[in-house]
Amino acid sequence: MMGTPLLDVAGVGMTFGGYVALDDVSCTVAENSIHALIGPNGAGKTTLFNVISGLLKPESGSLRFQARSYAGLRPDQILVLGIARNFQQVRLFPVLSVIENVMVGCHSRLPRTSLRDFVLGPFGRDAVDRIARERAAAMLELVEYRGDVEARPAQMTLVDQRRIEIARALASDPRLLLLDEPAAGMNPSEANQLSSIIQKIRGLGRTILLVEHNTRMVFSLADEVTVLSAGRIIASGPPAIVKNDPAVVIAYLGNV
Amino acid sequence: MFNSYTESLAVFFGINILMAFSVYLPSSAGLISLGQGGFMAIGAYTAALLTASGVPFAVALAAGGCLAALIGVLVAAPAVRIRGIYLIIATLGFGEIIRIMFVNLDFVGGASGMSGIQPLTTLPWVAGICVVVALILWRLRTTTLGRAILAVHEDETAAEAMGIKLLQTKLIAFGGGAAIAGLAGGLFAHYALFIDPGQFGFPRSAEAFLYVVLGGSGNPLGPVIGAAVVTLLPEFLRFLQDWRMSFFAVLLIGCAIWRPGGLIAARPPSRL
Repeated sequence: MMGTPLLDVAGVGMTFGGYVALDDVSCTVAENSIHALIGPNGAGKTTLFNVISGLLKPESGSLRFQARSYAGLRPDQILVLGIARNFQQVRLFPVLSVIENVMVGCHSRLPRTSLRDFVLGPFGRDAVDRIARERAAAMLELVEYRGDVEARPAQMTLVDQRRIEIARALASDPRLLLLDEPAAGMNPSEANQLSSIIQKIRGLGRTILLVEHNTRMVFSLADEVTVLSAGRIIASGPPAIVKNDPAVVIAYLGNV
Repeated sequence: MFNSYTESLAVFFGINILMAFSVYLPSSAGLISLGQGGFMAIGAYTAALLTASGVPFAVALAAGGCLAALIGVLVAAPAVRIRGIYLIIATLGFGEIIRIMFVNLDFVGGASGMSGIQPLTTLPWVAGICVVVALILWRLRTTTLGRAILAVHEDETAAEAMGIKLLQTKLIAFGGGAAIAGLAGGLFAHYALFIDPGQFGFPRSAEAFLYVVLGGSGNPLGPVIGAAVVTLLPEFLRFLQDWRMSFFAVLLIGCAIWRPGGLIAARPPSRL
């Protein structure tokens, strides 16, 4: 692996009461890679995502993004650094329309609404709003969302809601995109389509850290696979090697 | 055009609409306040003291609104970190603190109140301010700030993960609501011509809250409808005499059963 990694998680520990969710977890994510994080339910994958995106503060260890330590920053500050995420249980804003949900993702990259824009907005002359709307539409296009952009997200299928959420994260122009089980609830053809979208996103120079249970998808897509079990990393490396690691087979994969 | 009865009804209706807006703006960020009477009092006393010393009415009103906003932000900075019912209790406590503070301020008349305020509030003033505030709130919905406020209301965690500054957004919403209550107070003082702390106590705050619950908090029309129902309906129900308030109770319970989102439901802006 060349140069400094984009994301460097070192010795992260996290407990909930007496339960050890993450135990001395270290991993690095290379720039412009697709890095998969797999493991059985309860292994700590989502907890690690929450730590990386700042929703949880790690009890020990360090977090570095582009070689700068960022532990202790708020989630909104971490988004500005360039780390965006979706949620395993879709968390779109119900009262906002589909396109508005994605526009919220652009907010951190937009200037404030000027008084001029505020006054002229009703006449279609709000420059900031137009930038956000165009960018949001482009992101929805990128994730191949074909539905009504003015509808409420609840009217959409779960698969479309996942696409909208990925578009919302992309709208913030992240260097690193965290995807937590994006293929959950998708049929094989939808999962294939998602794989190609993820590759397209990587092709735009972004890095993807992916939690996914669809092992077929993981092993065909990922450059690097890290396996978490009971809060510890038990294997990490290229898919072909991890796939045949005895510890991984026992903990998780069974007979793949 | 109007006789004095309809004019006074219209003025108080307008002031009540502003109080409804003052609850609506913070509530659209998920901040429920039962202390808006306190901010109204700050605006009322500030504006009344200023016009008494010769300051132009418009400046006095603006100063009342600004001071209410400033105190709103100071109160909210620690308070918005708490949520739900605890915030409601905190704002309720704040409203009472302000009332008791004015009871003990002798230079504004203490408990016996402040009289001799100039009659500067006219119907055009009230209507003009109502329209401007309504337009701002309506326009806000489709700005980045408006979307951020709604996102915070819907899901704080997701909003923060999408880069929205929670504290800043909540303070703007709460401070804005306090400013509107301050404006309403200034208008009220120069129409009632006599103010005392009791006028801005818990019943005032609770009534403002009622406008929004009844009308709905999905868009600015809801609070207007809520204020209209609570302000104007009793005038048409005078024939019910002592049963007027009972009728209200029934109306509110009916609303909670059949229209829990308020009389006017929330819709995305493109479908308004």
